[in-house]
Amino acid sequence: MSWRLWLPFLLFFGFAGLAAYQLSQPKDDTIKSTMVGKELPYFTLPPASLERPGVDSRYFYEGEPKLLNIWASWCLPCIAEAAQLEQLKDEGVEIVGVAIRDEPTDVMRFLTQHGNPYTRIGRDDLSEVQLAIGSSGVPETFVIDGKGVITYQHVGDIRHEHVPMLLEELRKAGR
Amino acid sequence: MRDLLALLAIVLAVPLAAQGSAPPAPYAYRQLDDPDQEAVARELMHTLRCIRCQSQSIADSDAPMAGDMRHQVRIRIAAGEEPEAVRRWLMARYGDYVSYEPVMSATTWPLFAIPPILALLAGLIVWRRLRRRA
Repeated sequence: MSWRLWLPFLLFFGFAGLAAYQLSQPKDDTIKSTMVGKELPYFTLPPASLERPGVDSRYFYEGEPKLLNIWASWCLPCIAEAAQLEQLKDEGVEIVGVAIRDEPTDVMRFLTQHGNPYTRIGRDDLSEVQLAIGSSGVPETFVIDGKGVITYQHVGDIRHEHVPMLLEELRKAGR
Repeated sequence: MRDLLALLAIVLAVPLAAQGSAPPAPYAYRQLDDPDQEAVARELMHTLRCIRCQSQSIADSDAPMAGDMRHQVRIRIAAGEEPEAVRRWLMARYGDYVSYEPVMSATTWPLFAIPPILALLAGLIVWRRLRRRA
């Protein structure tokens, strides 16, 4: 018997082992935006509520780094992150909101119930800005430096442990 | 009677909790007026992956985000953009992921390289066997 006879078996078990290993690994479904590191595309959005003005992409080209928060009043994890956004606002971070497929009355109800950490809220009825910046769902939070460049993307709701990390990203973006 | 109808309308108008109450984008379900452009747009939609519902093309999905992506595809095609330009626009935002048409890249090249190598190997083995027998 030649050793070569074992080669197909080894190949097969090697492959099966690799497949079993990959199957046991947790699947990462998040689709990262490839716009991180690039300039914010031009956009202008009308206000989503009576309380705050709308959003223009040029607004991100001046001043301190800001957070761009993609959210919606119909999104449940957005309620979960409301307290963390409030905390970031208290730390002096400016948060600009983009409401996806939303109605002004729903937006206002959400803000009275869960607080309003936003300085501006744009109304994105067609997910145009969401698609333009490569966001794949709500909520998502982007760090934009003072020169209009996207430096970081956070997918999903901001939990308590994410707050220091986002502050660090904002600090890095400010340099 | 009218009150009853109004009541019925209110009951039926309750929005789905997780989808938002906003109506779909204008061109999410409406075809383009020009049948040729619509055919081009439709062909492209079948090759673009829905970002929310990850195993469907945007042509097959009823997710609101897929509707918004169809709207983008249709208005861009109607404005005279080439289908490949629309695909590139999306790929610049979501990477290879959004395209169902595989491209060769640093991570995908083995998919393209392995089949010819295996075929070559099989051919070589068969050729050696046949030669030995002859």
